[in-house]
Amino acid sequence: MRAYLSDRMGAALLMAPLLLFLVLAYAWPFLGVVKWSFTLPTPGLGQYEALLTDDLVQSVFIRTLRIAAVVTVVSVAAAYAITVVWVRGTPAQRLVAEFCILVPFWISVLTRAFGWVALLSNRGLINTWLQAIGFISEPLALVRNEFGVIVGMTHFLIPFAVFPLASAMRSLDDRVLLAARGLGSSRMRTFWSVFVPMTRSGIIGAALIVFVFSLGFFVTPAILGGGRSVMVAELIYLRIFQSPDWGLGAAISVVLVLFVGALMALLFRYVRPKQLI
Amino acid sequence: MPTYRPGPVSLIIAAFVALFLLMPLLAVIPVSLTPSRMLAMPSGELSLRHYRALIEDPRWIDSILLSIRIGIVSSAFSTVLALCFSLGVWMFQPRFTAALVGFVLLPMVVPPVVSAITLYFLLTSISGFSSLFGYDTWLGVAMAHSVMTVPFATVLMLVSLSQLDRRIDLAARGLGASVWERATRIIMPNIMFGIITAALLSFVLSWEEIGVTLFITSVNAITLPRLMWMGLRDNIDPAIAALSVILIIITVLVLALRSFVVRLRGVR
Repeated sequence: MRAYLSDRMGAALLMAPLLLFLVLAYAWPFLGVVKWSFTLPTPGLGQYEALLTDDLVQSVFIRTLRIAAVVTVVSVAAAYAITVVWVRGTPAQRLVAEFCILVPFWISVLTRAFGWVALLSNRGLINTWLQAIGFISEPLALVRNEFGVIVGMTHFLIPFAVFPLASAMRSLDDRVLLAARGLGSSRMRTFWSVFVPMTRSGIIGAALIVFVFSLGFFVTPAILGGGRSVMVAELIYLRIFQSPDWGLGAAISVVLVLFVGALMALLFRYVRPKQLI
Repeated sequence: MPTYRPGPVSLIIAAFVALFLLMPLLAVIPVSLTPSRMLAMPSGELSLRHYRALIEDPRWIDSILLSIRIGIVSSAFSTVLALCFSLGVWMFQPRFTAALVGFVLLPMVVPPVVSAITLYFLLTSISGFSSLFGYDTWLGVAMAHSVMTVPFATVLMLVSLSQLDRRIDLAARGLGASVWERATRIIMPNIMFGIITAALLSFVLSWEEIGVTLFITSVNAITLPRLMWMGLRDNIDPAIAALSVILIIITVLVLALRSFVVRLRGVR
């Protein structure tokens, strides 16, 4: 009995500091933000009404969903291609693939966004070269629009899509593929009718992770969109710091959290958390 | 060992993806060598002036030192908190473990912009009665960074604890070791690699944190990413390219070192 009591005390003492810290520094202020959404500038549901009626807010939400959908499809497909090589290639191919996945993964979002600015802007690498070889006379508009945002976000999110895909591909039994080949199926057919369907859980997991991440994306759209293709996260920032409208910013945040929460619940119905690591 | 290798089509597509992934990292190298004061490709001569600006301009040095200070404080804080929490979970397996761990991981899964507005609320509230920890102070930023990094540190600790053999702890307990002795002399030496990794990861995450930092700083606590952000939004300063090249080189070196250490230790 004494041991049991001291066990519980020990657990409580060890776990309390972090729990207390997060309650005070995260849960409590989040409730404060929720309160803002109902009380600023006037108490009531006014901000949520504005969310449903304001044309600007609506267009930002629709743009965010559209960009997130495109980014999800492109980055999961790209991640799939490189993961196949990372998981099933020869040792040399695996090393190269790992390098190409992990180096961008560990480099900060700002550096990566800046790299795209250096490539895509009017005086950047691509426009300079295309003009030098006389292919174009005027620089192409590659950043400060949705194209730039999609390119930058896809680049950022590919490594995140790789991990669930790799885990699904690693757990796939080789003999199934050899059996398909032995039974006379072509390489293409084996890939599309055996390999892809058997890694479905990885594809769903990767797609949901990328989609959820892109909904709340801030830095890349702000830099590569140049203020012209504002997404939800940047709208929150603008509502807090530029046209002080804290209530609306808070209301958008609450809606975003609820939406992402629903998607996460969906994610965990399809994929066990262990498969994501 | 997989016996089923990717075919030529897969390899070609994967090569394009690899190129796409590396392209922006390579693009900053020529830009960093431009002699021009604005973002441009160097035409003809190369110059290291933007690298020199990093050393000579006090704004860059100040923000680098500030980022290091914030990184060390927030990483130490979140590593200690995460370590205690994970030890509690592992040693005592209390009820509601899943819910408690889920709560701790929230800052990792909530969209960063929502965490940012939440921490903005926290720090502006604190500003009312403390000028030490509030909005736009370095300690406030360190605290906010701890909130954001502590879930990652916890995950790493829990993963390395899950690989530990419970029987060594049971043996120590049977031999009469106190909770403190079990934690410090039996468990911690065995998960030292995980603890160090968690501290390093927390530091790196704090060092490059920008989403939250933008919301909670204005003129005083200018961290390195904050300074880069300002240089990216207004007119693009090629010193950022020089800095990016240095950061990329450091990343590549650290990754190479890490894979060397991992191979040496024989872990996956």
